[in-house]
Amino acid sequence: MKLTLKIWRQESPSAKGRLVAYPMDHVEGDMSFLELLDILNQSLIKKGEAPVAFDHDCREGICGSCGFMISGIAHGPQKLTTTCQLFMRQFKDGDTIVAEPFRSKAFPVIKDLVVDRSALDKIVQAGGFISARTGSGPDANAILIPKEKADKSMDAAACIGCGACIAACPNGSAMLFTSAKISHLGLLPQGQTERHQRALRMVSKMEELGFGACSNHGECEAVCPKGITLEFIARLNRDFLVASVVATKEAVKKV
Amino acid sequence: MTLDAKIPSGPIEKKWEKHRFDMKLVNPSNKRKYKVIVVGTGLAGGAAAASLGQLGYEVEAFCYQDSARRAHSIAAQGGINAAKNYQNDGDSIFRLFYDTVKGGDFRSREANVYRLAEVSNAIIDQCVALGVPFAREYSGYLANRSFGGAQVSRTFYARGQTGQQLLLGAYAALSREVALGSVKMYPRHEMLELVVIDGHAKGIVVRDMVTGKVSSHAADTVLLATGGYGNVFYLSTNAKGCNTTAIWRAHRKGAFFANPCYTQIHPTCIPVAGEHQSKLTLMSESLRNDGRVWVPKKAGEQRKPWEIPEDDRDYYLERKYPSYGNLAPRDISSRAAKQVCDEGRGVGPGGRGVYLDFTDSISRLGKGVIEARYGNLFEMYERITGEDPWKWPMRIYPAMHYTMGGLWVDYNLMSNLPGLHVLGEANFSDHGANRLGASALMQGLADGYFVIPYTIADYLTKVKPGTRAGVDHPAFKEAEAEVAGRMKKLLSIGGTKTVDEFHKELGQVMWEFVGMGRNEAGLKTALQKIPQIRERFWKEVLVPGSGADFNQELEKAGRVADFLEMGELLAYDALMRDESCGAHFREEHQTPDGEAMRDDEKYAYVAAWEFKGEGKAPELHKEALEFENVHLAQRSYK
Ligand SMILES: Cc1cc2nc3c(=O)[nH]c(=O)nc-3n(C[C@H](O)[C@H](O)[C@H](O)COP(=O)(O)OP(=O)(O)OC[C@H]3O[C@@H](n4cnc5c(N)ncnc54)[C@H](O)[C@@H]3O)c2cc1C
Ligand code: FES
Repeated sequence: MKLTLKIWRQESPSAKGRLVAYPMDHVEGDMSFLELLDILNQSLIKKGEAPVAFDHDCREGICGSCGFMISGIAHGPQKLTTTCQLFMRQFKDGDTIVAEPFRSKAFPVIKDLVVDRSALDKIVQAGGFISARTGSGPDANAILIPKEKADKSMDAAACIGCGACIAACPNGSAMLFTSAKISHLGLLPQGQTERHQRALRMVSKMEELGFGACSNHGECEAVCPKGITLEFIARLNRDFLVASVVATKEAVKKV
Repeated sequence: MTLDAKIPSGPIEKKWEKHRFDMKLVNPSNKRKYKVIVVGTGLAGGAAAASLGQLGYEVEAFCYQDSARRAHSIAAQGGINAAKNYQNDGDSIFRLFYDTVKGGDFRSREANVYRLAEVSNAIIDQCVALGVPFAREYSGYLANRSFGGAQVSRTFYARGQTGQQLLLGAYAALSREVALGSVKMYPRHEMLELVVIDGHAKGIVVRDMVTGKVSSHAADTVLLATGGYGNVFYLSTNAKGCNTTAIWRAHRKGAFFANPCYTQIHPTCIPVAGEHQSKLTLMSESLRNDGRVWVPKKAGEQRKPWEIPEDDRDYYLERKYPSYGNLAPRDISSRAAKQVCDEGRGVGPGGRGVYLDFTDSISRLGKGVIEARYGNLFEMYERITGEDPWKWPMRIYPAMHYTMGGLWVDYNLMSNLPGLHVLGEANFSDHGANRLGASALMQGLADGYFVIPYTIADYLTKVKPGTRAGVDHPAFKEAEAEVAGRMKKLLSIGGTKTVDEFHKELGQVMWEFVGMGRNEAGLKTALQKIPQIRERFWKEVLVPGSGADFNQELEKAGRVADFLEMGELLAYDALMRDESCGAHFREEHQTPDGEAMRDDEKYAYVAAWEFKGEGKAPELHKEALEFENVHLAQRSYK
């Protein structure tokens, strides 16, 4: 196949970016999108031009490093698929494909297709954990967890933190990401003690970092490579509401 | 120099307990005065940084990815072992210990392996406490599966994403410490040099991968948990960024490199599709629980798999290893696959593949059960190959996967270089010449959660708090200058070949001559070729851009430069070890039916190599291995 890649080139965070077109010949269906970029980069380097910067590591769809907008869709047209697992057989001869970085106020561009997603780590640091000192856990089978609960928790825990949900959201909201972590832990008995505090802290951190509010567009769910559903946002809203009520009551008590 | 492994005295099952009591404790009020550097935030480094932060040490942690959560541990699929014996099927700490020593083909240190088995149960408890959603039975109890090299069901798992869930557990614990201020996290920072002061490891030099800034970090002790060096083969199941740089730089500064030739090739990977291939994808070994491996009986078979009748199929693992069958250990399964493909019976493009067939399991258990067990793996296979594995049996082929070798460490996980501790895949300690499935995750977390938090005290109690040199010490300035000089040199060569081209060339030599089957002539060829590639690299490589900003080619160039040195040591070690053991298969030493033949008289030792300077032969130091609890025997899985 032959196709044209139009790629966002931006030298540095402060530089102005632009789209540059690169015609690609000999594209094979068995190549991944990133392997096509590898080929492009090899030729750019040999021509003395700067290769395209993009984040990647595992190339197996699990580390969450990769990801950019492919013709307007985070991670591209194939459902439930990260950019590194997108193979060129999903495209056809003559296609023009536009690659741009994930865009969001909370994700400044570093270079070309690379963005700074450290805000996601900060949300987790605000409360996305169970405080269990090393060595403090009881025997693992002392905590019984109904299979459905464990499975649902695992559905939420499957989030790879790639940031596609945020890039897809017209408001730049991180609700799907945050709700996945809150649901993963909140569905488990071990996660109950800190449940309300977790919801309050993570949500307020999210707002503080410049992520937008959720207005139920559902774009996030549509692009999530791991199939995280909106159901978890509903859970987060419930937890947050209960937590806020409890927090208010406690504030009143203190007066 | 004699290597002292510092193995505690006493019976094996008492050693760890005794050692923990014998070691001095760091005075609680002194803990915050000690600074600990942890390079790597995979299972080993993440667990260590979190646990040490909790204990009150001042911790700085580094990783090259943009977040600690993305370390390569995230990619582990199959599971983690523990001797819980929840299945009541005869497991015990001693059996896990025994299986691991035997699986490693009697080339590991008994005391370390026993300790690993001993702490394995606490790991599962800790992970559950942190919220790892392991698979459960309907009763609510934890579920287990079996894995290669074991006849008991002792593997805990979280769908096909066990590594991800364990890492997210450690990352959550780490995040909590970051928020509390006990750990300072440096993502997108690559360690490029180890700093040694008066013979002790006292800091590192790192490059900020966004700004290009090179800086020094001083500490009382340095922990390397930087993973394996499998990418020396270019194509492997490792993430693209996995590298040997941290441990290689430490090796050059005096840390011994142990058993570099013990590299594991995994039998169940998706075969190479073409020239553009950039990495290989593992299909979890757990598939071998229900999939049957076969090839056609006759070479050059043209029929579609389902047209080939039973009589014309060779289920070669079941035929050769009736008691373990499709669950034979990795080294054995990989070689068996190579052998049938060498005979011209391989399937798929290029004849480098064997079938992994679920037809029987599907008819026995139903599609629903298989889908629940492996659905995500089937999807992944289809996404990558474009073939539907429900219709067409999967094709698999061995690929470079895991490195048992690494920096030499004693029982305390400290290198011969005082102050340098090495954890996880980066050390050599527990797996001997072959690692069993689901044991690397166990080892990483054992090292990080339950070993180093104790053994670090053995070193720190000998360091006076507050005596740490600052980064203005000349040793730091020297190391920074070395790093800057190296980068400048790489950027100024301005040759004609890309870094990837050299990396591929190295990989081909490694795979052909230092891969699944090794022999004297081939190893000597590799030892000729690798220095030639290295020499050309330093004359002809083309690294674009500058050192002062985000430059992925420069990062790769530094890593490949180190692989070009490390690969030579790997081949050198393989040539020296004139026996077959575990994954190290010297074709000269095999039984008539093709099994590895060890030479315990001559080679029952750990080969620890000392760097003697560029262009000089490394010096071999031997740590003799003694087997007091497991009887040395030929490994048999028949
Ligand atoms: C595809 C796959 C599947 C696997 N499945 C299983 C399984 O089912 N069960 C099992 O037991 N094992 C499995 N393994 C093996 C296991 O995952 C690894 O051995 C283990 O996770 C390694 O952990 P680690 O903490 O030692 O290193 P890693 O997780 O590799 O972490 C290395 C860390 O070091 C950092 N780092 C590296 N170099 C530098 C540098 N120069 N500067 C700064 N930071 C650096 C990285 O950023 C990273 O944080 C699998 C491996 C692969 C490849
Ligand atoms: S590179 Fe890891 S998810 Fe794509």
